Amino acid sequence: MTKLREITYAEAIAEAISQSMEKDPSVFIIGEGVPDPKAIFGTTKGLVEKYGSDRVLDMPVSENALTGVCIGTALRGMRPIMVHQRLDFVLLAMDQIVNNSAKWHYMFGGQTSVPFVVRAVIGMGWGQGAQHSQNIQAIFTHIPGLKVVMPATPYDAKGLLISSIQDNNPVIFIEHRWLHHIRGHVPTEMYNVPIGKAEIIKDGKDITIASTSYMTIEALNATKVLEEAGVSAEIIDIRTLKPLDDSMIIDSVKKTGRLLAVDSGYYTGGFAGEIIARISEKAFEYLKVPPQRITLPDIPSPSTPALTKYYYPRHIDIIQKVCQMTGKPTSQITHLIELERKKEPQHLDVPNKEFTGPF
Amino acid sequence: MEDHYNSKLVIKLNEIILIQIYKIMVLIRKFEEKIIELYSEQEMRCPVHLCIGHEAIPAGVCENLNKGDVVFSNHRSHGHYIAKGGDIKRMLAEIYGKVTGCSKGRGGSMHLIDLSANFLASTPIVGGTIPLAAGAALASKMQNKSNVSVAFFGDAAVEEGTLHETLNFASLHKLPVLFVCENNLYSTQTHINERQPAREIVKVAEGHGIKAFRGDGNNAIEVYETAKNAIEHIKSGNGPVFLEFLTYRFREHCGPNEDVSLGYRTKEEILEWTKKDPIKKLGNKLLDDKIATNEELEKIEHDTGIQIEQAVSFAKESQFPKKDSMDKNVYSE
Repeated sequence: MTKLREITYAEAIAEAISQSMEKDPSVFIIGEGVPDPKAIFGTTKGLVEKYGSDRVLDMPVSENALTGVCIGTALRGMRPIMVHQRLDFVLLAMDQIVNNSAKWHYMFGGQTSVPFVVRAVIGMGWGQGAQHSQNIQAIFTHIPGLKVVMPATPYDAKGLLISSIQDNNPVIFIEHRWLHHIRGHVPTEMYNVPIGKAEIIKDGKDITIASTSYMTIEALNATKVLEEAGVSAEIIDIRTLKPLDDSMIIDSVKKTGRLLAVDSGYYTGGFAGEIIARISEKAFEYLKVPPQRITLPDIPSPSTPALTKYYYPRHIDIIQKVCQMTGKPTSQITHLIELERKKEPQHLDVPNKEFTGPF
Repeated sequence: MEDHYNSKLVIKLNEIILIQIYKIMVLIRKFEEKIIELYSEQEMRCPVHLCIGHEAIPAGVCENLNKGDVVFSNHRSHGHYIAKGGDIKRMLAEIYGKVTGCSKGRGGSMHLIDLSANFLASTPIVGGTIPLAAGAALASKMQNKSNVSVAFFGDAAVEEGTLHETLNFASLHKLPVLFVCENNLYSTQTHINERQPAREIVKVAEGHGIKAFRGDGNNAIEVYETAKNAIEHIKSGNGPVFLEFLTYRFREHCGPNEDVSLGYRTKEEILEWTKKDPIKKLGNKLLDDKIATNEELEKIEHDTGIQIEQAVSFAKESQFPKKDSMDKNVYSE
């Protein structure tokens, strides 16, 4: 058997864009730094060489108007992809995203559509602090008319981005900076991962962990330890936050009786709260223990590693919470947690020991 | 400023075009006077921003446009919609919230659209459609089309970031877009002197490397001529043009009433501008130059009145959207 091809999440994104541009001449990409040598963490690498500067555009630092420009092109038959190196910068474009793109189709009676992808990078660590790593994905889920996707794997990154580009609606495509280097199997051909479908990425019977984006990787790391401790956790990677596929979470909770929602966003008004609310409304009678969530605290991100080590939840936090919820005495897994701590980098502000910054 | 009424250009101007501009201006005026007449019935249940006093600008600019050219507008958009060839029955039905409305009742007066006329949209967030017009122009460029894109907006949009950002981008890429600023001196009830420094608005556009001209927005011929030159410039591939037209809003910011009682502007100021009524001005010109007779102008008014009555019947007799349509079209298929 031939070995399946593996590429990084960043390469999977670049491939999805390139193949979409090759297939459909109405697709173009624009953003600060898109054609530059750094190529948005490698996610736009090779595009300008292949498709030229008429379809691979750098842009003035005018996020709001350029979002409007993209909407204007979409109304005239184009399929723009706009890239923001930090989701924090998207806040400057909220007027055009929320007031125009999200409700254009509805408020004009369904006569026109805005096929438009906004790629935004969230992150954590390396001192990026309060204005360069905000995980405020939940804001977009509050807006009728937007779709919000957050793939966690290279396979889903490619398939969901292709689906987002082909979708006739504005799609907020959110990438966690700590996913870009992750390798995984990605087919060479074009394929779709449907928007609006979650996925069970690990079967289990004791607890349902519903997680988003990079926190799915932390959840996977946690379950490896939990398996050793005899706790079987099922992981549902949400993949699409809006429209949310809650049926898969409901079915899982019916089986496990426990729900832990894990999101990289903030505590109050965050997406973990939305997952818990849905399950409490629709499957309350199946819950053996109160549903729980792991999120960031309601505190802006500090920059110093001296504080971020207490700030970002990691897989050990998930392990401890799951033990608490399943009645596993923490004392029984103390040694496993000690082993995990030894594997971690000295500072918890990088994705792995090899990373030397900056982002 | 050059007096276009006395210029030689006027003599060469096609009389048919002047009559056409006049008809459009009368249609805009009569349409809005009908709103004033019927608004108190409480059946038009949405805000209305009347453009009475502004008519020369939409009529004069749009007379230069082809069907393939596209227009975006703002909250004070009835005139732009009509001048670009939008269906007045469907606009009035929209204001009445009917399913036959141009936005199927989802938009009201502030969200108009007529794709068959390439009136691509009006929206009421100040400055909100200016970048969309530039985007439509960018698409035309990408698709090798020759049409121009027009953004109508008010003087307050000059205070919005979207305008400056869009001018910068449109100039950089030499986009085929015409920016039309209708300066009526007021943003709601606040005079421009309270909002902007003593610098000419056209200087803002010039600062972005864009050709800009200022004209009398109550003089339809001047608007027509200025826009004609601008559009020729754009269609020759020279990039965007910015036009500022001075005009005045006769009615309140939002609603059917006069508002001298509010005290933010004087009776004298309003009277002064009433003397410069753009429709009277063009009508007198047509009579003086014997382009039209009194009877012919009266016939235009009469025919327009019939057209508007038909729109009123259509709007009033149309159905409201059904309950089960409410959740349709949140997403496009």
